[in-house]
Amino acid sequence: MSERPIRVLIAKPGLDGHDRGAKVLARGLRDEGFEVVYTGLRQTPEMVVSAALQEDVDVVGLSILSGAHLTLLPRIVALLREAGLGDVLVTAGGIIPPDDIPALREAGVAAVFGPGTAIGEVADFLRANVRDRSA
Amino acid sequence: MTEAAAAHGVRLAEEARAGSRRALARLLTEVERRSPAGEAALRLLYPLSGEAHLVGVTGAPGAGKSTLVAALIRAARATGRPVAVLAIDPSSPITGGAILGDRVRMQEHAGDTDVFIRSMAARGHLGGLATASVDAAAALAACGFPLVLIETVGTGQSEVEIAAVADTTLVVQSPEMGDEVQAIKAGLLEVADLVAVTKGDRPGADLAAAQLRAMLTVGAQHDRAAGDRPRPRRPEVVVVSGATGLGVADLLAALDRRSAAQRTEAGMAASRRARAAAQVDGIVAERIRERMADPARRAIREATIDAVATHALDPYDAADRLLREILP
Repeated sequence: MSERPIRVLIAKPGLDGHDRGAKVLARGLRDEGFEVVYTGLRQTPEMVVSAALQEDVDVVGLSILSGAHLTLLPRIVALLREAGLGDVLVTAGGIIPPDDIPALREAGVAAVFGPGTAIGEVADFLRANVRDRSA
Repeated sequence: MTEAAAAHGVRLAEEARAGSRRALARLLTEVERRSPAGEAALRLLYPLSGEAHLVGVTGAPGAGKSTLVAALIRAARATGRPVAVLAIDPSSPITGGAILGDRVRMQEHAGDTDVFIRSMAARGHLGGLATASVDAAAALAACGFPLVLIETVGTGQSEVEIAAVADTTLVVQSPEMGDEVQAIKAGLLEVADLVAVTKGDRPGADLAAAQLRAMLTVGAQHDRAAGDRPRPRRPEVVVVSGATGLGVADLLAALDRRSAAQRTEAGMAASRRARAAAQVDGIVAERIRERMADPARRAIREATIDAVATHALDPYDAADRLLREILP
């Protein structure tokens, strides 16, 4: 029997095409020893949840630069809970005004990582906050 | 603990059989970890997994495997069939991390519960597969998926392991493969049951297919390669385009013909036997490793290794001693 690496889904909901950040983070987390499922651009909330369910991930990382975060991110958290994935850690990154962060936290987004966040900081946060799945 | 784990595995297997995709996903995690729960689940599921068609999809990185798999999902769903995909990508030998990026091309079926896609990291396993791929495929087969596509790591010329575990090996070849000499080199093309030439909407695909057909016919007299796995006398070559859908229905039909033949042809029984042998051998090796790693045997193992390191004992004698130790 083996320990499994932490599995992270990196997805970009919304309609902006700026996926550099998501790819850099995916690559950085790979180097930190995570297994990163990358689904790419223009994901609907349903696509994100379906992928999270099938891949049995520990973390869903959402990158969004379109300004639709207050609409899409709470919707994704709600759908995850509906699918029985309420214990999956949800984090966000991209262009998200600081004023919007409390509302996102309230909706169930565990952390928001803005531009300039060091990859190691994200990795440490995920390791510290991912739920224990061995039960 | 182990009994509770086994009960957990059995429960997951029953829920997955009853249609819970979440249970199936968790079950695959247990299978992948080679946990007691996963083992208990597989004991239940293996006998129920014999009817599905396991298709290995292999080829060089960038040849178009994921795009073709997405097109095959579309074609299978058009006929109403459930389809499962295991998409394997390499793990870093340095950090153990991985980017599993095959889903990027397969995301259109979200919400369709009859499509189940699971990415797997190879986790140190060489040969294009992950250690648990075969078990994961069996679990999917037992949970309502008559067609399971196993997309391997992008391979070089000689990663032919998939041929030992799949019912049908589909080799994906891009038109820019090089000249005919590439087609007569030993390796991947030798294990092909079917060859798909991708990017069929671009110039060059038909020429590449013609070259492959010609060269594969030349070599077709060898019907025994890769162990006891009999090869078709001449693999069918189909030109496909994931972008336009060209040839995909033909390819699915060719796969279905193989699937039907499975029930009759003696050659197919041999391929299933080869898969069973690979599975059993793999589990035996794993059990030996587990026993070897048992902390209770640590002292004797260390002492034996020290003896070899100082040339007090030869490595063959050492191995025999350890085997006697772990196999009462």
